[in-house]
Amino acid sequence: MAVSEGQLNAAALKAVARTERRTFMGLTIPYLVMVIALIVIPIGWLFYLSFIGRDGTFSFENYTRMLESKAYLRIFITTFKISILTTIICAMLGYPLAYFMSQLSQRWANICMIGVLIPFWTSLLVRTYAWLVLLQKRGLVNDMAIDLGLIEEPIKFVHNTSGTLIGMVHIMLPFLILPLYANMRAIDQNCLKAASSLGARPSYAFWTVFFPLSIPGLLAGLLIVFVLCLGFYVTPAVLGGGKVIMVAMKITSNIELYFSWGAASALGVVLLVVTMAILFAASKLVSLDQLGGKG
Amino acid sequence: MSFLKRQVSETQITVKDRLWLYIFSGIVLFLLIIPSLIVIPMSFSDSQYLEFPPKALSLRWYENYFFSWKVENGFNDWMGATRTSILVAVLTIFVATPIGTMAAYGLSNGSPKMRKIMFPLMISPLMVPVILVAIGLFYFFVQFRMVNSILGLVLGHSLVALPLVLIIVLSALKNYDMNQEKVARSMGATRLRAFMEITLPQIKFSIISAALVSFLTSFDEVIISLFVSGGDNSTITRSMFLALRDQIDPTIAAISTILIIISSGLLLLTQLLGKKGAKK
Repeated sequence: MAVSEGQLNAAALKAVARTERRTFMGLTIPYLVMVIALIVIPIGWLFYLSFIGRDGTFSFENYTRMLESKAYLRIFITTFKISILTTIICAMLGYPLAYFMSQLSQRWANICMIGVLIPFWTSLLVRTYAWLVLLQKRGLVNDMAIDLGLIEEPIKFVHNTSGTLIGMVHIMLPFLILPLYANMRAIDQNCLKAASSLGARPSYAFWTVFFPLSIPGLLAGLLIVFVLCLGFYVTPAVLGGGKVIMVAMKITSNIELYFSWGAASALGVVLLVVTMAILFAASKLVSLDQLGGKG
Repeated sequence: MSFLKRQVSETQITVKDRLWLYIFSGIVLFLLIIPSLIVIPMSFSDSQYLEFPPKALSLRWYENYFFSWKVENGFNDWMGATRTSILVAVLTIFVATPIGTMAAYGLSNGSPKMRKIMFPLMISPLMVPVILVAIGLFYFFVQFRMVNSILGLVLGHSLVALPLVLIIVLSALKNYDMNQEKVARSMGATRLRAFMEITLPQIKFSIISAALVSFLTSFDEVIISLFVSGGDNSTITRSMFLALRDQIDPTIAAISTILIIISSGLLLLTQLLGKKGAKK
């Protein structure tokens, strides 16, 4: 049996479609060149440097130092402690606010959204500076508390852990609220009506119906916040006043003060591996499209 | 107090049951906004020490900022730093927007299998901790003597802006019907002409907002600037960070106010453009 014309055409069309797709993929080349030249190669280089010891030969000393030294252990503990605390506080503040906004009419929700977006788009430095001004010894918060007679001596809010936490929570909160709010908006309110028509008290309906449905948004938000916290630099450096040392700050001081590329690279590799492991584990749980941000 | 008994949803919840939620949300929103606004009145204070409310008003910190050309002690050349920041941000628009748009266009029409593999790589600048990107670039630029150069800064900032451009333009193309371009080409238009005359006008608002986002990303970027820039090419964020770490100079309040006005202006513009784009 001869091959029919239709089949021939099908093969030709398929080939054309394939070339077409290839041409389109070609348009991504400049982008890929940028990413490969400026991220993949430099980080590959750092990876290599992390295995070069002080004498210039291959060694694991940069990693073993991390395991043996108490100072490094303390830095990792601080980093995780601050990141976990920030994430928890963000969830406690952000969940009720996102819930509140999701219950409002679209118009009022948009107005509240401005309140979330203004800090999101205000420069990180400006916000860190504002907290420094508000919380310093003679700052607005202390002055007001003294005037109201709440305290007698000014409380030391900044240049310590509490200042770092306040600043970081403020910067991270929008990252939690945005995906969470989007998720809550999409929840069908009829589910709650159904629950209440079946006799559920409002709080019971919330915990058995609404909360489980909002978990994907909550997880996405928690994940973004936690991962951004791990590599955070500016806010702890300014509001921590040198007392809160996180991984990113140690990386910086290794380079700026000690010119120790091997040690800095090894820390960077650990940070990258931890971040990627968390993101990978989470990508099994939530969609990666919701991630992204500045830090 | 009858409004307290009003039902707020079609379930049995009344305003009173939810009172705590209203108050709590109000406080959180207030805390979110206040730090961005508090610096504005403070920037007009006459005092060396930041007090609120300011006892006497003055424009001296603005004066300090605007007339700081060629101040001898290194990082206080605010005007020079501002010029560098603006130059770099504008150049970032011209690098990130076309490359990102091209990639988004290619990706949305290319093979879905390839897209799945390439997308994570393409948004990696958002996923990898910025500090790592920064030291990677620093080390890389040292080898090519590109540290402290405008080119290095533009490349670094474009790298961070690219995924944002990609995401914005991709989402615009999701709602665009590529068959329109096929029609144009079947009538004899070249590929380029079909894109320029059919596709581009329909996604132009998204591309413009992607350009504004690139500008803002570059203008606000701190960490890459901290490593890659320096000397005469220090950016405003780098100078601010160094000044913040060392002392509380009220000039920063004046600069912050200007930055807030710039970012909220651009944000407003992107929102308006987004609405216009959505209507199309």
